[in-house]
Amino acid sequence: MTEMMPLVALVGNPNAGKSALFNALTGARQKIANYPGVTVERKSGRMALADGRPVELVDLPGTYSLIPDSLDEQVTRNVVLGMQEGQRRPDALVVVVDAANLENHLRFALELIALKLPIVIALNMVDLAERDGLTIDAELLAAELGVPVVPTVAVRKRGLDTLSSALDSALRTRSNATPEELAARVTTDRSVVTPRAHAIARKAVVGETKTRQWTRIFDSVLLHPVAGPVILFGLLFVMFQGVFTWSEAPVSWIEGIFAALSEAVVAIFPDGFVRSFLLDGVIAGVGAVVVFLPLILILFLFILILESTGYMTRAAFVMDRMMAGVGLSGHSFIPLLSSFACAIPGIMATRTIMDQKDRLTTILIAPLMTCSARLPVYTVIIGAFIPARSIGPGIGLQGTVLFALYFAGIIGAMLAALLLRKSVAKGGGSSFLIEMPRYQWPLLRDIVIGLWQRAWLFLRRAGTIIFVSSIVLWALLSFPKVPVGSDMTQSEYSVAGRIADGLEVVVAPIGFNHEIALALIPAMAAREVAVAALATTYAIDGDDDEQVAQSLGDRLAHKWSLATALAFLAWFVFAPQCISTIAVARRETNGWKWPAVMVGYLFALAYIAAGITYWTATAFGL
Amino acid sequence: MGGVQLDQIPLNKIATVRAIDWAAMPESEGHRLRSLGLEEGVGIEALHKGILFWKDPIAVRVGRMTIALRRKVAAAITCEISA
Repeated sequence: MTEMMPLVALVGNPNAGKSALFNALTGARQKIANYPGVTVERKSGRMALADGRPVELVDLPGTYSLIPDSLDEQVTRNVVLGMQEGQRRPDALVVVVDAANLENHLRFALELIALKLPIVIALNMVDLAERDGLTIDAELLAAELGVPVVPTVAVRKRGLDTLSSALDSALRTRSNATPEELAARVTTDRSVVTPRAHAIARKAVVGETKTRQWTRIFDSVLLHPVAGPVILFGLLFVMFQGVFTWSEAPVSWIEGIFAALSEAVVAIFPDGFVRSFLLDGVIAGVGAVVVFLPLILILFLFILILESTGYMTRAAFVMDRMMAGVGLSGHSFIPLLSSFACAIPGIMATRTIMDQKDRLTTILIAPLMTCSARLPVYTVIIGAFIPARSIGPGIGLQGTVLFALYFAGIIGAMLAALLLRKSVAKGGGSSFLIEMPRYQWPLLRDIVIGLWQRAWLFLRRAGTIIFVSSIVLWALLSFPKVPVGSDMTQSEYSVAGRIADGLEVVVAPIGFNHEIALALIPAMAAREVAVAALATTYAIDGDDDEQVAQSLGDRLAHKWSLATALAFLAWFVFAPQCISTIAVARRETNGWKWPAVMVGYLFALAYIAAGITYWTATAFGL
Repeated sequence: MGGVQLDQIPLNKIATVRAIDWAAMPESEGHRLRSLGLEEGVGIEALHKGILFWKDPIAVRVGRMTIALRRKVAAAITCEISA
C-alpha cells in the first residue's frame, strides 16, 4: 500500500504573513478551489521536504481563535479538528505568528498547541520585528511553548529550510485523537489564555528599543482627517485613469493577434460554413472579450497592491463615516472595492462583516460596483462615441466618462443602500472594528502570482462560458438562412432575431435597437458577452469578411445614435447581468429570496436609468 | 479611580484599560474586541480620531497592534492615563 502524501495546514491570525509564507513554500504550484458546500476558498499547493518527499500544504483562512466569529473562521476550526466535510485532517500544523505582535498572536497559537497535534511555530516577519526594535529569543519561546519555533522571513525566503526540517520531524509523530477528543481540548476560557500569552510574550522579547515607526508616520498622513480622504480619492482616480491609458498598447497587440488569426482563417478556408463559424463565431466572439485582459489585469494590479501594502484597511477607516451615512460601515468598503474587479469575490468577502443586516445590504449593492466585466462594454462604446480629447493636463475625456460611469454606480449603490437599510434590511446598528496591519512593501512574487491566478480565471471564462455562448449565438444567428432577395438582414431573419423581436418591444422605448435586444440575452451569462454578441451579430450581417478586420467600435459608431449608446452605457451601470453573481448571492444568503430582490430592483433601476438617459439625450438632439 | 472613556482620552497619551462595559455592545462585537486583544489590563494609546469633520472612527494602539473602532464602542471602555 502506498502511503498518502502528508497534509500540512498553515494556520494563523490575519496579517501574520501566512499567504506570503504559503507562496514562498509552494511557489506557483497552487490550486484554488472551494470547500464542498461552502464558498470558502481552499488554497493548496505542494512543497518538498529536505529529502524530496512531497507534502501537501493547505492555507487556511486567517483566524483569531478556534471559537469562530465568521464562516471563514468556522472552516479553519473544522479543518484543524478534522470535522470539515471533504477534507482529511492535517497531519501537522504550521502556526504562523507575527514576531512583532507576539502577545496577540500567541493566544491563538496557545489554543492550537493545546490540541496536542504535531505542530511547528513559524515566527514570521522577524525582520520587521527587528526594524521595530524588538529582539526575540526563539529558543526561549520554544521552551516556554514546548513546541519547535522557527524564525522566518517569508518574503525573503529566510528560515524556510529550517522550517521544512522541523516539519519533517513533526510529521514523524502523529495524533490519534478523534475529532470529538480534539474539540474537547479547545480552550474556551480566555481569561486563562490571554494572561499566559502576555506573560510568554514578555519573557520571549528580550530587547526592546524605541525606533522610528514608519507605520505611524505613514498613518499620520494617510489617516489625516483632510489629507486622508483626498489621497484616497486621488488614488482611485489615478487607478481608473491608469486602467484606460496603460492598457492601450497591450490591447492593440492582442487586437493584432486576432486580426492575424482572422486573415489566416480567410486564407485557409474557402467562403462557407467553416469560415463563418471560425471567423464570425469563434474569433469575433472570444477575441472581442480577450482584448480586455490588460484592463482587467491593471485593475487587479492596483487592488492587489492596495491589499498587500496594508492600505486597504486605511481606506476602510477613511470611508467608514461616509458609509455610516447610508447605514453601512467601513467593513463594507473592502468587499465593495473588490467588486470593482468582480462582484463574486466581493460578495464572498462580505463574510467579514459581523452585522447580518449590514452584510445583506452589502451583498445586494455589490453588483452596482463597476466590475471588470463591464469594462469591455464601456470601453467599446466610449471608444466609438466619445472623442479622445484632452480636457486638462493628463486628463482625457474618455477616462473622465469612464470615471463618471463608475461614479454613477457608486451613487446608485449609496441610494440603494439607504433605501434597503430603511426597508428590507432594517434594524441593527452597523459596527466597525478592524485590525490595521503595518505597512509593507508589496512583494513582486505575491503580486505576480495573484495576477496570474486572475488572468487564468478570466481566460478560462473566455474559453468556456464566452466561447460556448459565442458559438451558440452564432448558430442561432446563422440559421435559418435569409432567402435571397429578402429585405431583412440575416440577424433579423434568424432564430435569435425572432427571439429578440419579443424583447425589443420592451426595450425599444429606452432607445435599444434590435441588435442590442439580441445581445442582452446571452449577456445574462456574463456582461462581456454583450460585446462578443454585438461583434458576432455585426460580423454575420457584414457582407464580406474584409469587414471583420474593421473594429466593432467603428461599426457601432455608424449604426447607433449617440443617445442609444449612452442609454446602453446607463443600462450596464445597473443591470444585474451575470448568472454567477446571482448564484453566489443565493449561496451566501441561503435562498432565492434575496437574489430575487437583487435582480428585480437592479433591472428596474437599469430600465429607468437607460430610459432617462435616452429621453434626455434625444431631447438635446443627440 | 478617575477613569477616562477611550473616546475622550487625548491623542498619544499612554493609558491602561481598566474596565469594559461588555453589556453596552452586541455580543459579537465584544467577542471581536477580545479577539483583537482589547481586554482589561492592556496598554492603549489613541492615535487618530476621525476623518473630515467627524470625530469617528478612532484608531488606537493596543499592545503592538493598531485597531480601528467606532466612538460608540470606545465610550464603553474606561481607561486610566498613566503619564
